[in-house]
Amino acid sequence: MIEFLLNGRIEKVDQFDPNLSILEWLRTKMRLTGTKEGCASGDCGACTVITGTTDQDGNTHYDAINSCITLLGSLHGKELITVEAFQQEPRHPVQQGLLDKHGAQCGFCTPGIVMSLTALHARRKDGTVSDHQILEALSGNLCRCTGYRPIIEAGQDAMVKEWTPDTEHPAAGMGPGPSDSALSRIHRDNITVEAAGGARYDAPVSLEDLRSLRRAYPDSRLVAGSTDLALEITQQLSSLDHLVSVERVPELKGCVLEGDELVIGAATTYQAFRKTLCELWPAFDAMLERLGSLQIRNRGTLGGNIANASPIGDMPPPLIALNAILVLDGPDGPRSMPVEDFFLGYKETALKSGEFLHSVRIPAPKPNETLHIYKISKRLDDDISAVLGAFRLTITDGVISECRLAFGGMAATPARALQTENALKGQPWTENNVAAAINVLGSDFSPLSDVRASASYRLQVAGNLLRRAWLSSDSLPREQLTVTDYA
Amino acid sequence: MRKLPLNTPTPAHTAQGLAGQSAKHDSAWKHVSGQARYIDDLPMPEGILHAAVGHSQQAHARIVSVDLEAVRRYPGVIAVVTAKDVPGHLDIGPVFPGDPVLADDIVEFIGQPLFAVAATSHEAARKAAKLANVQYEPLDAVITVNQALDKELFVRPSQTQLRGNPDQALSQAPNRLTGKQVVGGQEHFYLEGQACLAEPTEDRGMFVHTSSQHPSEVQKLVAEVLGLPIHEVQTEVRRMGGGFGGKETQAAPVACIAALLANATNRPVKYRLSRPDDMIQTGKRHDFFNTYDIGFDDEGLIQGADIMVAGRCGYSTDLSDAIVDRAMFHADNAYYLDQARVTGHRCKTHTVSNTAFRGFGGPQGMMIIEQAMDDIARHLGRDPLDIRKLNLYRPGRDITHYDQTIEQHVLPKLLETLETSSDYRQRRSEITQFNQSSEALKRGLALTPVKFGISFTAKHLNQAGALVHIYTDGSIHVNHGGTEMGQGLYIKVAQVVASAFQVDLERVKVSATRTDKVPNTSPTAASSGSDLNGMAALDACEKILAGLTDFAAQNWSVSPEAIHFSDNQVQIGDLQMPWASFVQAAYMNRVPLSSSGFYATPKIHYDPKSGKGHPFLYYSNGAACSEVVIDTLTGEYRVLRTDILFDAGRSLNPDIDIGQIEGGFVQGMGWLTTEELVYSDEGKLLTTGPATYKIPAVSDCPPDLRVALLADSPNREATIFHSKAVGEPPLMLGIAVWSALRDAVSSLTDYRFSPPLDTPATPERVLGAVTASQVWAGKQQEAS
Repeated sequence: MIEFLLNGRIEKVDQFDPNLSILEWLRTKMRLTGTKEGCASGDCGACTVITGTTDQDGNTHYDAINSCITLLGSLHGKELITVEAFQQEPRHPVQQGLLDKHGAQCGFCTPGIVMSLTALHARRKDGTVSDHQILEALSGNLCRCTGYRPIIEAGQDAMVKEWTPDTEHPAAGMGPGPSDSALSRIHRDNITVEAAGGARYDAPVSLEDLRSLRRAYPDSRLVAGSTDLALEITQQLSSLDHLVSVERVPELKGCVLEGDELVIGAATTYQAFRKTLCELWPAFDAMLERLGSLQIRNRGTLGGNIANASPIGDMPPPLIALNAILVLDGPDGPRSMPVEDFFLGYKETALKSGEFLHSVRIPAPKPNETLHIYKISKRLDDDISAVLGAFRLTITDGVISECRLAFGGMAATPARALQTENALKGQPWTENNVAAAINVLGSDFSPLSDVRASASYRLQVAGNLLRRAWLSSDSLPREQLTVTDYA
Repeated sequence: MRKLPLNTPTPAHTAQGLAGQSAKHDSAWKHVSGQARYIDDLPMPEGILHAAVGHSQQAHARIVSVDLEAVRRYPGVIAVVTAKDVPGHLDIGPVFPGDPVLADDIVEFIGQPLFAVAATSHEAARKAAKLANVQYEPLDAVITVNQALDKELFVRPSQTQLRGNPDQALSQAPNRLTGKQVVGGQEHFYLEGQACLAEPTEDRGMFVHTSSQHPSEVQKLVAEVLGLPIHEVQTEVRRMGGGFGGKETQAAPVACIAALLANATNRPVKYRLSRPDDMIQTGKRHDFFNTYDIGFDDEGLIQGADIMVAGRCGYSTDLSDAIVDRAMFHADNAYYLDQARVTGHRCKTHTVSNTAFRGFGGPQGMMIIEQAMDDIARHLGRDPLDIRKLNLYRPGRDITHYDQTIEQHVLPKLLETLETSSDYRQRRSEITQFNQSSEALKRGLALTPVKFGISFTAKHLNQAGALVHIYTDGSIHVNHGGTEMGQGLYIKVAQVVASAFQVDLERVKVSATRTDKVPNTSPTAASSGSDLNGMAALDACEKILAGLTDFAAQNWSVSPEAIHFSDNQVQIGDLQMPWASFVQAAYMNRVPLSSSGFYATPKIHYDPKSGKGHPFLYYSNGAACSEVVIDTLTGEYRVLRTDILFDAGRSLNPDIDIGQIEGGFVQGMGWLTTEELVYSDEGKLLTTGPATYKIPAVSDCPPDLRVALLADSPNREATIFHSKAVGEPPLMLGIAVWSALRDAVSSLTDYRFSPPLDTPATPERVLGAVTASQVWAGKQQEAS
């Protein structure tokens, strides 16, 4: 059985199908229909709800997530807030803003937009929210009617207003008052749920328990944020027999600097590691801002992005460029390998039966090292890369002493451009040498054509990204370097 | 009624929320609090079943056998129906035959419904529908427009509009250019997918809740597939979660399938399409292949034009005849073509049947002349805006190639105003400077007009009905034939009614559109919603007002001229009565407080044989100026600023109209930039969800967006309070973004070369245009 708060009231759910999404449960079992299904793939945001999670200090953090691809089982010990919490007075400033600005036309995406903006409102610290944060909060909410201007302005209006619900309000915890103590009364032990049909959901709370489960059930599927795994359920209509969640295993979570390495637990969400990682390697920031949407980054994890072994995952290329080390764990204990060696083929990894990802160790910058990360996609927000280039260059006295060039979208796995690297190593960092290296890329890669881009575009752009890296070392003003800086 | 309600106190102020004020959408609070109900949110009736369909896996094939055993055996499945089980008509083509509700022995696109399943859950129905074993005998499949043109495979005969002698004008013109373009299609991506709930009635008829722009057509087609008289079927539409043309004809098959299953099981059936099913099964905006051959003098004035537009209709006609017609009607956009031939082809392909989408072919037609405008400017070394202004319709050059005279010349002034307010010339020179100093990034600017004809080109659709009731507390209830899809039609009609009686808007309620309230309605389409239904509602109000005025004149013995309705009061000679008291007096004196209303658009006619006529009551006009920046290394781009000036006539609701304008612009921009439908060579749609099909997201809204309505521009035609239609025309403002992208690329050749830029202009296509420009520049250098 799992327990959680739904709009301020304790819910206990048992014997549910582990494949059940929060959205499905809300709409079909609870008949709370304010939360909408627009795509069931985490791409449109109509299903956005808010989860409150209490940290070790007892503070509850409110995050917008996609309920269509988040499994019900993940709610244990959390607070779930849906638009139904906001059907009473006082109206939330976000709702008032949307009313004042004509921010809803057909209204179908609106509950999700209300959720995204109220979550931002609850997170704002000193009452100031930048326009950029508003865009980021809405990056996973599609609206087909308004063109967004009135929604952005509604957000601007709302963020400078207070919202003070009374303590009985179903979303009182999101106000300035103390958070609900009911959450602290929910147990924090292992969870096992078996559905009537035999499907099973486990959510262990220690590394040792996770190892035992994996030893006993090596064929079980691991799930963290489920932003990718849930697509098997909602899009391929698969039913998974046994899910083991790593979300509650403390040893797999966190982001700490150990000596000159940053260690990120595999089950750490993008949002949880973003700040620390970007302090070490600022080049990640612009890419992470465009990796999925905020809803996805609130749930998706570093380990998930690596373990699903997609050729177009955005984290592996920079990790390969940095020569980060992957720590695996399992029934036989831990072992480690360079991230680069983890990918054996298309969607194929070095994970052995029962193994799981434990953490990633990322080296800190050394003198003369620079890192460039460039993501290319059709759309700025929430789009999968056609090509992602990550280049770590060490330039000593004008000469490329070391370089690692890694790409996504260019091969069946994230991969290095070894021949191109060789063409650059030892050469002076000059326009001509960069141009010569670009010509070698074609011998490193024979990319595919698909819905995102053609093979020839991928190859041309991959080369041009190296040229962009060259231009960027020329201290050009940012407005002359990348259009994404205009966003 | 034995006892009248107590008078509600009438505030003594000017009535609030009348036409012309920016009243909020009538469902605004329900929208923002999650209380607005869409089909899938309705309370579930007892015994409800859920539907799904099995898809054809072949683009064109004869069905050899269909084995449905595994489907029937799947747990939860209650019924499976095929074409053989349809009691009435199998064909549900909206205008021309050719659309079987379920495929019979031939399939004509991948995703065509073959059979339908009803099961106890949505999930069970979808899983079961995948289990059929179907054997096909493949037939030759035609997938693209160009394949169909080569084979001359058309769903309807090609049409030509001809004026004068374009061949001679072209051969004699001092300058002559030709060009071609591919204009991509577009998925509607209404956030609420197609959905329907069909409930059998006690008479074995059907009550259908549908998310449709055309409830009367759903009613008729459901009756036909069930073999019932129309009066046994009623449909209701409270609201849609977006329509954009995608629920004009495409909601009907969904409703018919639900009704077939409901009829077969005698249980309520809900059919809600998952996003991939919706994208695979339902029609989209037609993609087009267009060409132009154009002659012009040394100033750039057009002397002759030969334009061809060819749309991919898909496997059946659906609305394609009228859609390609509208592309032809708009191949001139806002420009006088002089001697002109416009030819339109309706290409048949073995893909989903394409359908209405905001603009209805108009945008695709406009694209070719807008490309020509840019090309003429590059050829002559002129600013494209000068060429556009030069060729605008104006007195003396005011007859279209289909013989309609432009009577209200809004655009010459509108363009001048926007040119000034957007600071076009100053920014043009700044951009030129920026481009000279910036290597990787280049900026572009374009200002493009839109002139869009208003009326259904199928004349009989230009009619509407309404039903207005006044109750004895003075509250007013309105129904009309239009549907609400977010565009604010209900609130605009309510404002019209409040204005007619001069009472507060809050006294007026518009409720769900139902075929038993207002019959034989036209689709809410062609930007006609408020023009038609506003006028019909006004007609009903005027009939009631006439009776009330007669009553007051007789009862209080004053002349009709001494009776005035204003400020929630009725002035009867020297007597002033609150509205509700007056209504009660009328009721007690047995005066009718209810009326239907009707409207038929005057003046319009068109003869497709001669290609001449007056198909539009008037034109809506606007213009946009967009500035973009592109990355010549990757083809990525951003829209930096857009200024829009739009003529909504005397707007019924300025804020709602601005919402339509901005939303239309962004939707048009998406169509021309990031929204790419990709089909395999076999005709399978590969972009079946938002993960691969990218509509504009929040960061795509121009960070500097300035939208204004043209001041003092009442419609010269007798439309509802002299407003102008605003639904579709703004979509074509997005052309400014595409033209600005070309402008930015053109900077690479010092604006001498007009790069090809098919749409959608994805980063890949922009980079392709960059490369083509670099190749051109290289050749020029070699030659010199």
